[in-house]
Amino acid sequence: MSRRIFVGVFEDEADVIAAADASRAQGFAIVDAFTPYAVHGLDRAMGLKPSWLPWACFGLGAAGLAFATWFQFWTTAVAWPINVGGRPWNSLPAFVPVMFELMVLCAGVGVVVTFVIARRLGPWRAPEIPDLRATHDRFVLVLDGGASDPRAVRRVFADCRAVAIEERDVEDRR
Amino acid sequence: MSEHAVSLRAPLITGDKSIAQVTDDVCAPMEGRPTALWWGAFIVAFAVMLLGVAAVSYQIATGIGTWGVNRTVGWAFDITNFVFWIGIGHAGTLISAILFLLRQRWRTSVNRAAEAMTIFAVICAAIFPLIHMGRPWFAYWVLPLPNTRGSLWVNFRSPLLWDVFAIGTYFTISVVFWYVGLLPDLATVRDRIKEGARRRIFAFFSLGWNGSYRTWHHYEAVYLLLAALGTALVVSVHSIVSMDFATSLVPGWHTTIFPPYFVAGAIFSGMAMVLTLMIIARKTMRLENYITIRHVEIMAKLVLTTGSIVGLAYATEFFIAAYSNNPYEQFVFINRAFGPFAWAYWIMVSCNVIAPQLFWFKRVRTNLAAVFVLSLFVNVGMWFERFVLIVTSLHRDYLPSSWADYAPTSVELATLAGSFGLFFTCFLLFCRFLPVIAISEVKAVVAHDRRTFGGGR
Repeated sequence: MSRRIFVGVFEDEADVIAAADASRAQGFAIVDAFTPYAVHGLDRAMGLKPSWLPWACFGLGAAGLAFATWFQFWTTAVAWPINVGGRPWNSLPAFVPVMFELMVLCAGVGVVVTFVIARRLGPWRAPEIPDLRATHDRFVLVLDGGASDPRAVRRVFADCRAVAIEERDVEDRR
Repeated sequence: MSEHAVSLRAPLITGDKSIAQVTDDVCAPMEGRPTALWWGAFIVAFAVMLLGVAAVSYQIATGIGTWGVNRTVGWAFDITNFVFWIGIGHAGTLISAILFLLRQRWRTSVNRAAEAMTIFAVICAAIFPLIHMGRPWFAYWVLPLPNTRGSLWVNFRSPLLWDVFAIGTYFTISVVFWYVGLLPDLATVRDRIKEGARRRIFAFFSLGWNGSYRTWHHYEAVYLLLAALGTALVVSVHSIVSMDFATSLVPGWHTTIFPPYFVAGAIFSGMAMVLTLMIIARKTMRLENYITIRHVEIMAKLVLTTGSIVGLAYATEFFIAAYSNNPYEQFVFINRAFGPFAWAYWIMVSCNVIAPQLFWFKRVRTNLAAVFVLSLFVNVGMWFERFVLIVTSLHRDYLPSSWADYAPTSVELATLAGSFGLFFTCFLLFCRFLPVIAISEVKAVVAHDRRTFGGGR
């Protein structure tokens, strides 16, 4: 199934933020924006919710910490206890460094893997990019063409100093 | 917003760059042919690395007996080099993590190269404990793998094992952090290339990045989280390395001051190495507008700060040795400053404590030649710090009959040289094939500068 989208290309981050603001005010559905760097304030203009990844990171870190605590205790005190200089089987203070490191490792690597999966990135993925200059020096705003009036969309884009406005039909994969 | 406060400052990136120029300037060295200077440096670095490969092969084939160590001085050159290289890495993590959390926007010009430096330095460092095992093919014995060879599990109470986990985590997180930072820039480079193998390689590694803002939105969260975790690593990794020494009962090692003292020293030496590399890179790669005198000056101030902390730590060690009334501690410190290795001790003090004090003067901080020379002094001084710390604490122990001397053999010297060769080979390849400046981050800074200061549109 194909669907219609509007692509507005801007030269300045302030323009794309204004266009996103105006589009939302007019009730147009924003598909996505494409920018060469993380434009601050565009998340608010697009009405994005804060990322949920910190929660994933926290959970993964807690899992790493719990695993390291259990594993060190189990290997040293349960599975095969060895007397090292008469120290207690459960030498909890000595386990802290490895607990800490495994927490950081699981949280850090885990959150990146979660991010890659959540955003459907991957080595063999062809980039779906509306304008190649979006990774260089252009800011692109993509609106869903569904019910919007093309003339109204063009007017909003033009008011925000768009350098190119296009209507396209794309394959809908979602 | 604090726009008014910000506008009082000068722009971070000079030359009134547009964001398109940022891409072009940073990609230029990757797209032209390598210069004669690059080839010259690469050939020298590669040759020195081969010397190191030969030395390491020889000592693994023959045994650790090829070193100058003996029963009294069991740790010497090898562990010195290990601690030195791990320390170098810390500045990269400081710049990428702590300075990000502190919103120091100047870091964007140097963080990519500094993180690359971290990774290469940790690789250099990791080689030394492997060689030190004598039988490096058994290196996997340090991992907690179920086995039938003796004690079932590794000893989690040993600081040497903590080191394995600390270095392993540090290396992994550094690589991941670096790669995540590179992602948008790899896509930028990919979209500049029409076709061919180079495009396919960049397309593979850029994971289909398309600049989607919904992705950027999560990306920012991931970057912040990695910065927070990296901050914890800056403090923890060298603390754990210092515990290799501090948990022993050797006078000169057995002190609680070690973790903070090692961390400050690590950042000190690493920042000096960043300065050394960046002063060369900005000149040879024509990045003067991105890595400005102001960047150099800020880093020189960081060298001064951490160098002064290191100086304070040296003084504290002496004071505590005297104040503790422990004759063994007192002997070690007197022996360190006035014994057979006094020359090394005074090289260390002059390079680490006295030389950086020149950075109090703005004229020195803004003079590139002076900063370059002083950064080399700090590199040398911090290598000697680890040497002094390890060798002078060991060579005259409790039993005078076992006192011994230590001098490195040619094999050890060649191994040290080889690690520098490996480091510079990696760094030169990085400069050639990857964007040395974080393009997307600098673009955000440039856009901010242009909004604040105007600029031709």
